[in-house]
Amino acid sequence: MHPVLRTVIQRLGLGLLTLLIVSIIIFSSLELLPGDFARAILGQSATPETVAAFQKELGLDRPATARYFEWIGNVLRGDFGTSFSGRSGGTAGSVRQVSDLIEPRLYNTLFLAAMTAIIAVPLALTLGIMAALYRNSWFDRAVNAMTLTTISFPEFFVAYILMLLLAVTFPIFPSLANVSDSTPFWERVLRCMLPAITLTLVIVAHMMRMTRAAIINLLASPYIEMAQLKGVSRTNVIVHHALPNAWAPIVNVIAFNLAYLIVGVVVVEVVFVYPGIGQLMVDSVTSRDIPVVQACALIFAATYILLNLFADVISIVTNPRLLHPR
Amino acid sequence: MSTETDQGYSAAAEVGAVRARRTVWENMWRGLKKAPLTAWFGLIVIFCYCFVAVFAGLLAPYGESQVFDVPYAPWSDEYTFGTDQLGRDMLTRLIYGARNTIGIAVATTLLSFAVGGGLGVLATIQRGWFDQILSRAVDVLMAIPSLIFALMLLSIFGSTILNLIIIIAILDATRVFRLARAVAMNVVVMDYVEAAKLRGEGLGWIMRKEIIPNIMPPLVAEFGLRFCFVFLTISALSFLGVGIQPPTADWGSMVRENATLITYGDITPLLPAGAIALLTVAVNFVVDWFLHKTSGLRDEH
Repeated sequence: MHPVLRTVIQRLGLGLLTLLIVSIIIFSSLELLPGDFARAILGQSATPETVAAFQKELGLDRPATARYFEWIGNVLRGDFGTSFSGRSGGTAGSVRQVSDLIEPRLYNTLFLAAMTAIIAVPLALTLGIMAALYRNSWFDRAVNAMTLTTISFPEFFVAYILMLLLAVTFPIFPSLANVSDSTPFWERVLRCMLPAITLTLVIVAHMMRMTRAAIINLLASPYIEMAQLKGVSRTNVIVHHALPNAWAPIVNVIAFNLAYLIVGVVVVEVVFVYPGIGQLMVDSVTSRDIPVVQACALIFAATYILLNLFADVISIVTNPRLLHPR
Repeated sequence: MSTETDQGYSAAAEVGAVRARRTVWENMWRGLKKAPLTAWFGLIVIFCYCFVAVFAGLLAPYGESQVFDVPYAPWSDEYTFGTDQLGRDMLTRLIYGARNTIGIAVATTLLSFAVGGGLGVLATIQRGWFDQILSRAVDVLMAIPSLIFALMLLSIFGSTILNLIIIIAILDATRVFRLARAVAMNVVVMDYVEAAKLRGEGLGWIMRKEIIPNIMPPLVAEFGLRFCFVFLTISALSFLGVGIQPPTADWGSMVRENATLITYGDITPLLPAGAIALLTVAVNFVVDWFLHKTSGLRDEH
């Protein structure tokens, strides 16, 4: 078997195994709940019969392994079970499906993440390559100082400063990103602008710094020196000689930061009252709506793991040393 | 040789005499004088924060949750930074927030270092299945984004301060474990560790006296970075309303409670957020300097 294929299959297997274990951890969170929580969910007025019925519905009388396989089977078909909210008083009519809650919000979050990625990735690459090209200049130093500060700022600080500047002092963008299904596309883009800029500022610094580091690292290698001695121009050396070999670390960093977006999105969605999955998760944590929390955690964790897995595979596939084995 | 002893000369004594002229404090001062401006700035800021945190009770003009009649009062002589949504003095809340927020973050970081560092060093000494099981467990825990994991655990156990400290500390200990294990790996193979084992020293002695002193510098730098991370995570959770609960004054929740003022162009909610940002920047500056000093680490090749 080709060594690249073997490594890729190994990585994929390992990633799927991690995903499986993570799903088991998330599932067992339900097991850790205190025994009287059914009463807490259903409220004081619940009769013992409704409590018993609710516990039976959760299947607490069956072994955990059986319930796990049933749960994961349903999740794979897109069914995350029913929400705990609206059960107070024990009325069965107001029970809502978790997947109905998640679906529109997942779309919103993906929209915001995609918009941020479209702005942030080209910006970070350009800035990173320029910082490597003009290293130790004022440009490089300014960019470095900016990196350190944006990394140490909490997301909500950046978000509120931007809101103060771009929505209140200079009303360019709307301060809240309250979109709905009927919002037209460009209106939606405009409303998402502030959250997207906030997220961009948060992730661009790290991506840019790593791009710069990856390229500078390569500039020390003999083949680059050779190219320089041949009289190849500086830009040409970086773009045609250094960059192709720097793709693996850069792709890794991009994937890592896109995965980070998934986490950063929680805070930013709350700041701008954006109806995304992060806000849904925070609301469910406050109301201790465990099935929704489980579903959100599983979606976040799976995206995170899959993006990292994707980065690993890309860096294996683009590695010239692995592609041409001796 | 004998002539030297006759004259009372000993190389060790002379070297020792030169060293003895400086006390620990003088050495620290010499190191500090060479520190760059950014590190000085960081140290001064950290010192001020610690001072405020320790003497919060004396510095604050009012009580931590003392409520006045006017909610959202503007800045004035009576209320330096105005009052919050319930009519509590902002300056007082900021000062007490320093104690609560920093105190909880320091406690969490210390716990995560005790757990992660201890297990990391133990894993390198024990090796075998102990090391394998811990390392794989850490791999899995690190595969879940920590903010998401923390949210999930808080929804199950509820948001009390103790739960918050334990959950964040354990999630953060995974990173400390990785670092401590990686650094201790290089130390544990040294001959003097082997000698100590053959001498029959106990496990605790080897950890305390042979390994930990030799892995201190990277761990101290990591402590600063981890502190920043923990501090930001706790602030984010408090901001989301699932971290430190009112009426305890805390910077993250203060931002959230007063956020509506931003839309009227009032910068009061930015004060606690800025306080968080300033401290993390300061710690980062100091860590940066410390890393350069101890390892000669350079950005360039």
